[in-house]
Amino acid sequence: MDNHTAHSDSAPHDVAHAEAAFHPGWPTYWKVALILTLITIAEVWGYYIPSFVASRAFVPALLVMSAVKFAIVVAFYMHLKYDHKLFRALFTGPLFIAASTLLALLFLFGQLVARFGPAK
Amino acid sequence: MSAPTAGHYTATGLDSRKIAIWAFIGSECMLFVSLISTYLIYKGRSLVGPYPHEAWTSPSGQHFNPILNIPVTSFSTFVLLMSSLAMVLALAAVQNKELPKRTFGERVLGSSKLWLWMTALLGTTFLACQAYEFTSFVHEGLTIRTNLFGSSFFTLTGFHGAHVTAGVIWLLTLLAIDYRRGLGPKDELNVDIAALYWHFVDVVWIAIFTLVYLIK
Repeated sequence: MDNHTAHSDSAPHDVAHAEAAFHPGWPTYWKVALILTLITIAEVWGYYIPSFVASRAFVPALLVMSAVKFAIVVAFYMHLKYDHKLFRALFTGPLFIAASTLLALLFLFGQLVARFGPAK
Repeated sequence: MSAPTAGHYTATGLDSRKIAIWAFIGSECMLFVSLISTYLIYKGRSLVGPYPHEAWTSPSGQHFNPILNIPVTSFSTFVLLMSSLAMVLALAAVQNKELPKRTFGERVLGSSKLWLWMTALLGTTFLACQAYEFTSFVHEGLTIRTNLFGSSFFTLTGFHGAHVTAGVIWLLTLLAIDYRRGLGPKDELNVDIAALYWHFVDVVWIAIFTLVYLIK
């Protein structure tokens, strides 16, 4: 059997095997929805507490909560946690480049230096 | 001729359509981060109001309140999050179409039409909230030409709204197929690709909600 024939014979099996990624069901999905809702409530609640808004923890706390929500949706609803590593690379690669560009631009235009840079 | 959803050989062993949607989502990440970058760079640099989080009085004495409406946006954020739940249930219903459904709960969870309708309805509700928000901003004196905040805000959220609109149209086409011939396990990949796009639109809004609406 030559290579071409081998590919042709095994192709449907390979594709089926690769596509049969595990997808969590209703018991996981409703818990994820509940966690997302609770985090959103915490975010909005924090927004209405003046002492929290004025504190140094406000922005980092919101960013962390937002990142957790982002990661949960990507991992469970987009089932990237259970999917092929190539899909993970296709998503996290551009995301990393984009996030790095965002940080570089914020430094370049002084938006981050103004907050975290050395005192003048 | 093979069915449109039949698997075909690729060097990776993965369906090329799914690779394509992930590559597309990766490129969309870059698009939205560029729009978010623009918003953040211009943040706090508008010479005239209205402003997102601060009141402003114009030289002519006209008073403007902070323009962002957090309660409405919080509601629309919740709606979009729940639409993602409805979308995963629609996909699960399509995957499990051929399994027997004995109880009422199994019949509800197994109805792809119900969950596709629910997702489209929630997406439309989100768009309605956005239309209300945009209209009220214009009435309060903020347009895309008013200041840097208006330009970057309307561009960013407008692009996101256009993506949600495309997603709702995509969902309606899936619903039309479901009514015409029924969606089954053979259509899993088509629904999965639509679901990935929908969830991506959701995660973009998660970032926008925090960076634009909540961080002052």
